[in-house]
Amino acid sequence: MRKLIITLTATLTAGLAACGEPPATNTGVYMLIDTSGTYTKEIDQAQQIINVILARLEPDDAFAVARVDTGSFSEKDIVAKMHFDDRPSVANQQKRQFRDRVDGFVKDVRPASHTDITGGVLQASEFLTEKGTGKKIIFIFSDLKEDLPEGYVRDIPLTLDGFHVIALNVTKLNSDNIDPREYMNRLEDWQRRVEEGGGTWQVVNDLERLEFSWR
Amino acid sequence: MSDFSLFSGGIAGTAALAAGIVMALYMARAPIQNVILEACQAIAGGLRFASRTLVSVRTRLVQRNREVLLSAGREAAARMVEREYERFADKVHRDLGDYPTLHQELAGHATRLDEDYAKSASNPPAPPGWADAVEAVAAVPDKAEPVLRQVLESIHGSFKKAGEEANKAYREDCRMRHKHLHDMAPSWRESVRLLGQVKTRVETLNERAAVVDESMRKFEEIHEDTDQAAMALQSSALVQFFIAGLVLLVATGGAVVNFHLIARPMSEMVGGNTYIGSFKTADIAALVIILVELSMGLFLMECLRITSLFPVIASLADKVRTRLAIVSFTLLLSLASVEAGLAYMRELLLQDELATAAVLRGEVAQEASFLWITTAAQMGMGFILPFALTFIAIPLETFIHSMRAVLGWGASGVLMTMAFTLRILARTFDEGGKVFAQLYDVAIFAPLWAEKRFLDVRKEMKASPGAREMLEETEARLSGQKAA
Repeated sequence: MRKLIITLTATLTAGLAACGEPPATNTGVYMLIDTSGTYTKEIDQAQQIINVILARLEPDDAFAVARVDTGSFSEKDIVAKMHFDDRPSVANQQKRQFRDRVDGFVKDVRPASHTDITGGVLQASEFLTEKGTGKKIIFIFSDLKEDLPEGYVRDIPLTLDGFHVIALNVTKLNSDNIDPREYMNRLEDWQRRVEEGGGTWQVVNDLERLEFSWR
Repeated sequence: MSDFSLFSGGIAGTAALAAGIVMALYMARAPIQNVILEACQAIAGGLRFASRTLVSVRTRLVQRNREVLLSAGREAAARMVEREYERFADKVHRDLGDYPTLHQELAGHATRLDEDYAKSASNPPAPPGWADAVEAVAAVPDKAEPVLRQVLESIHGSFKKAGEEANKAYREDCRMRHKHLHDMAPSWRESVRLLGQVKTRVETLNERAAVVDESMRKFEEIHEDTDQAAMALQSSALVQFFIAGLVLLVATGGAVVNFHLIARPMSEMVGGNTYIGSFKTADIAALVIILVELSMGLFLMECLRITSLFPVIASLADKVRTRLAIVSFTLLLSLASVEAGLAYMRELLLQDELATAAVLRGEVAQEASFLWITTAAQMGMGFILPFALTFIAIPLETFIHSMRAVLGWGASGVLMTMAFTLRILARTFDEGGKVFAQLYDVAIFAPLWAEKRFLDVRKEMKASPGAREMLEETEARLSGQKAA
């Protein structure tokens, strides 16, 4: 009898423990858009990608779009951010509002003098960690060429455990054409940094074949 | 040279070892063969015992199945007989309940017919009384006398006049008779119609009585526990199992459609991205609504006494049962209305999502003019499907009842197969032991052959007479001759 009571108690305890806080199943997406120099011309493509991402996101997901400029480790660089409501109808309205904000940004975007991608990634990881989403994805729409102002320290390890980083439309610079190793090294360097930080790395240059496989 | 000697030494050693083993096997032949045979027989015995046990269990199971089947059949047949009697009583009440009125009507018609018949009887006019006087006058010899002639003419005129009057009266009488006969015709027709009605009703009752007789015959057959009844019930249960299973599959399809109608809009109520385990909360909520609807449908059917899955409900007082039926129906109606609303919301959400997707693509959302049809169809399905799923209770009951019998046959078949397999294994062990014993003898054939040879020789030696025996024989023969 005593054994039976102990077994029942253990089973009930295990059952109640299993009914605790369920793991988060939503997705957080942070998109960094490079606005430096000539890359500003690519902003229309970035806008299309944002629209596609918006269409794929579901209620209770989080999405933020930030520009990459001189010092990107700042909330001021966030163009639009939204944690969608868990009701589909409200989430749809929020998506339209989000799109309007991005449209406004695209119209008024000005080329930045420097490119602080690392700062942007740090800001993205901070934002998504704070949101506590189940899946965390960072899109980097850039040529991945960092150009930091003097005095900015960005040679710091990234903490990207559980993050999936996708570099989009990594265009080749003129210097890459002269020495393609620069392009390769740039990609390898970013991959190393992301993977050392615990994240996973992916490069997608053919945007027409971009697949959102995070679901 | 040394290699050769080693090789030859190896062969010799191996031969010696083989010979030693063979000799050892030869010496241990009897106990080892005993062990093999005994072990195999023991295993075979165990398997046979297990097989017999399984056959016995199967026999009990078959018996139990038969009892359960007959019991269920008896119950069903009793219910059927009861229902047939109720129908028969209803029929009698409906068809023959107004028989006294009908009888009275027929009697009235008969009376009227009788009266009319009586009235239509022929009444011939009575002959005039003075005919005798006329005969007397006619007998006068001198008929040429003027007075007589005048009298006769007067009589002739009177006769003629009286004949005309009588003819007229007779015609009037005939007319009246015809009129009475004519008046009888409707009564005849009505009587014939009423009698035809009675005939039809009686024939219908006869047919119904034949059905009752058939139900009663089946009930008696089942009650007598005949093999024929058991076989009929078995095949009936199997057919019912498959038919009910098929209907349940169709109903499951309906439930799935119903689920998809309400799962999407449910996310508006319970959130679109919350999970319980690995399932969306919205899906679980939709499933729960459908299951609750099914439960209400089951209760409703139970309260209406269409099914009998819950004895507790069946044993409730009629008043309570009626109340429970009303509550079940009200809940079902409410849930069906909720489903219709959710189906409408589903369409709205879909349109909203399409519009958002169009905006994100940079297009202008267009609204089709025929959308109201799909909206109305979805709402209709959302409202009707819960009621349609209510009827799932009937095949479900049949499925559950027939499943008991089908599972019993399945278990019986499995037991039979197992028993057969064990029997085969037992036989295999039996024969296998003997084969192993023979194979053992094959391995030690050389010493066995030598033993056989040795025994043969000894036997031959025992059979052929020796010198001593011959001398003794001769000596005995000689002493016999001397004595003679």
